[in-house]
Amino acid sequence: MTTAISVSGLRKAFGRTQALDGLDLTVTTGEVHGFLGPNGAGKSTTIRVLLGLLRADGGRAELLGGDPWRDATELHRRLAYVPGDVTLWPTLSGGEVIDLLGRLRGGLDPKRRKDLLERFDLDPTKKGRTYSKGNRQKVALVAALASDVELLILDEPTSGLDPLMEEVFRECIARERQDGRTVLLSSHVLAEVEALCDRVSIIRNGKTVESGTLAELRHLTRTSITAELGSPLSGVDTMAGVHDYSAQGNKVQFEVDTAELDAVLRKLTEFGVRSLISQPPTLEQLFLRHYEVSA
Amino acid sequence: MNTLVGTGSLVRLVLRRERIQLPVWILVVSGIVAATASSFASLYPTVQSRQELAASIVNNPSILALSGPAQGLDTIGGMTEWKYGAVACVLVGLMAVFMTVRHTRADEETGRHELLGAGVVGRYAKLTATLIVVFGAGLAYALLIGFALTAQGLPAAGSFAMGLGIGGCVWFFSAVTAVAAQVSSSSRAANGIGGAVIGAAYLLRAAGDSAAEDGPRWLSWLSPIGWSQQMRPFAGERFWVLALFVVISVVLLGVGYALVGRRDIGAGLLPERAGRPSGVFGTFGLAWRLQRGILIGWTVGIVVLAGALGGISQSLKSILDSSPQVAQALQHLGGQQSLVDSFMAAILDVIGLAVSVYAIQAALRLRAEETAFRAEPVLAGSVARLRWAASHLAFALIGSAFLLAVAGTATGLAVGLTNGDVGTQLPRLLGAAMVQVPAVWVLAGIATALFGLLPRLTSLAWAALVVFLLLGQLGSLFQLSQWALDISPFTHLPKLPGGEFTVVPLIWLLVVTAALTLAGLAGFRRRDVG
Ligand SMILES: Nc1ncnc2c1ncn2[C@@H]1O[C@H](COP(=O)(O)OP(=O)(O)O)[C@@H](O)[C@H]1O
Ligand SMILES: [Mg+2]
Repeated sequence: MTTAISVSGLRKAFGRTQALDGLDLTVTTGEVHGFLGPNGAGKSTTIRVLLGLLRADGGRAELLGGDPWRDATELHRRLAYVPGDVTLWPTLSGGEVIDLLGRLRGGLDPKRRKDLLERFDLDPTKKGRTYSKGNRQKVALVAALASDVELLILDEPTSGLDPLMEEVFRECIARERQDGRTVLLSSHVLAEVEALCDRVSIIRNGKTVESGTLAELRHLTRTSITAELGSPLSGVDTMAGVHDYSAQGNKVQFEVDTAELDAVLRKLTEFGVRSLISQPPTLEQLFLRHYEVSA
Repeated sequence: MNTLVGTGSLVRLVLRRERIQLPVWILVVSGIVAATASSFASLYPTVQSRQELAASIVNNPSILALSGPAQGLDTIGGMTEWKYGAVACVLVGLMAVFMTVRHTRADEETGRHELLGAGVVGRYAKLTATLIVVFGAGLAYALLIGFALTAQGLPAAGSFAMGLGIGGCVWFFSAVTAVAAQVSSSSRAANGIGGAVIGAAYLLRAAGDSAAEDGPRWLSWLSPIGWSQQMRPFAGERFWVLALFVVISVVLLGVGYALVGRRDIGAGLLPERAGRPSGVFGTFGLAWRLQRGILIGWTVGIVVLAGALGGISQSLKSILDSSPQVAQALQHLGGQQSLVDSFMAAILDVIGLAVSVYAIQAALRLRAEETAFRAEPVLAGSVARLRWAASHLAFALIGSAFLLAVAGTATGLAVGLTNGDVGTQLPRLLGAAMVQVPAVWVLAGIATALFGLLPRLTSLAWAALVVFLLLGQLGSLFQLSQWALDISPFTHLPKLPGGEFTVVPLIWLLVVTAALTLAGLAGFRRRDVG
């Protein structure tokens, strides 16, 4: 297996802000890699370094076997990028921008362009200044997805899309994976990354906190469970991986390490489950857990 | 009135954003008025010495066209107004246009206005807050100039008349821009309209002031810059002219406010047309799409400016023909032809400065694209940084040379056709216009160097242009030493037509341009984008 992106010890400061503080990131060719972190964690900065737009202060970064700063032009032929905040030229139509961006990276597949315009329900004749945020993002997405490239770098690409379009986006990414393309997808929503990615890297304050498959990260995530049972529950509060347990009559509420979820649910069903609400772990909880674990 | 709710806080916001620029503008322009007066006071201390200077001006329509009517020239104040009044009006006009657009249309374009508009802010609050600050600035000019000149012992009536004439221009141009900002949906176009109105105002008064006794002298009255001069500071003040500024500004503001009430936020008056569904162009094609509108607008403006000034030079000639005494008096200055030539040379200097505005604008498009995050998707494509930079710099360099060629052709045709000697005038004036190219390119080079090396300070390119303008206009008056005058690239140009052509300084200017451009490009290659 080859490596599409390999970053180690990357550092970048803007004045007194240390945006990247020894960041590591490895993306294997052909995988969809989630790049997860809260706002201001340094995701966009890392991506800009990888695109050769920013020059790192220290550390090593390699992209598709080349140096992102030195070989920028050649490397960009082989990748497509969707910025987090898409601004378009006010006087150019969406269709013209798609063609322009496609041409700047070595060509578009016209069939795929047409297909994507339909799927994203995008009118290519509108001028840049008349598009909504979501539609501007679609312009950039269509341009990227219709390009014939090896690597897609997407910086929070769904932040302006409605749920319907998010679904279309997920389908498209699934297809990209089938076609064997590598995808780096940055996001601050754990659920999105969970649904799409093979592996994730989680960063915070410019440092990599965790990296691995989602299964490997399970030890860090907790699911909150609220349940109403047929009879009062007993024996769960002492089970391994159960936290913050509270019961009131037949109702219980607790959190459980995702790794122990199966055993706990089996136990619950013994008491007759009437209703069950489970909340997926959030990024914030994951960080809390991480620091508890490492402390 | 709930349509004005929030004006107070917005005034504070505008002042906060202008806290450096606004005081700098006001202090620099007013300070130069004061300095000009004190220079005249020391250079021409006696009435007799001033009358001698006045005698050489009064009958020279070419000087009148460039500066203004000869009135009150036997006083220090009158000379100050004559030398610097029109220039000050142009400068404060530019300030008024830029500032008005920055807080109205530009904020709408970037979406900042939406953020504010969603608060408890009335429909007219943003425009009102902007106008309060800009009109306040106009008043500040009036008072500061008035006090600065009275402090030097000049008569109070004339001092404040001059100040009010300059402040009145701030009001007028701000009011015009308030309308332009509603009509056009882009801030660039609104700035362009404002700039064109300033140019037209300058031209109209140039035509009126240089006209013969029975000629179209009324043209000056169509121009706000003309009004400021028709207030006759230090020459029997006519304060009633101030009413023109007030009435016309109020009418324009009425139009502006009516338009605000009729349109959607973010939209202009013209509906948005659908674009082409597809289109293939590369880096240079993109630059052409982004820059062509501005280049076309400038071409039209330059044709009008150059053609009109070329035409004025002919009316000068007929005045000289009709007055043998004047012609004789001027004979020792080199005769009629040399008089017209020196006028044309002065005109081409003005055009060179105007085209420099275009050159800076075109070069700084790079920075505008970068800060709007529109450079990022292009540079994330397979486009080398230098190629992208070159695509816009081509417009700064080739575009400005093209505009100067247009200016030379237009003046050549205007002069040649009225004289019936196109064959000699066209190549002469075209050549004279092209001599400006290296100096204009130095400004493009400065803009490029700043873009590459000090991207946050690119507006210093405009400051450089203002400094060069002032050095050219006032440098000799202030008796600045030669090395100070030499800072301006325009100092080094041979005075054509009429003067002697020398190639060495032009080569030096090209060398400087190349060095600045290369330094800028090298800096841009190694710096962060964003
Ligand atoms: N051009 C810049 N100048 C100064 N600070 C910046 C700049 N770009 C990013 N930062 C800072 O660097 C940190 C990381 O930002 P960013 O990479 O955009 O975060 P993310 O994309 O993860 O939300 C933030 O603290 C941000 O304020
Ligand atoms: Mg970001």
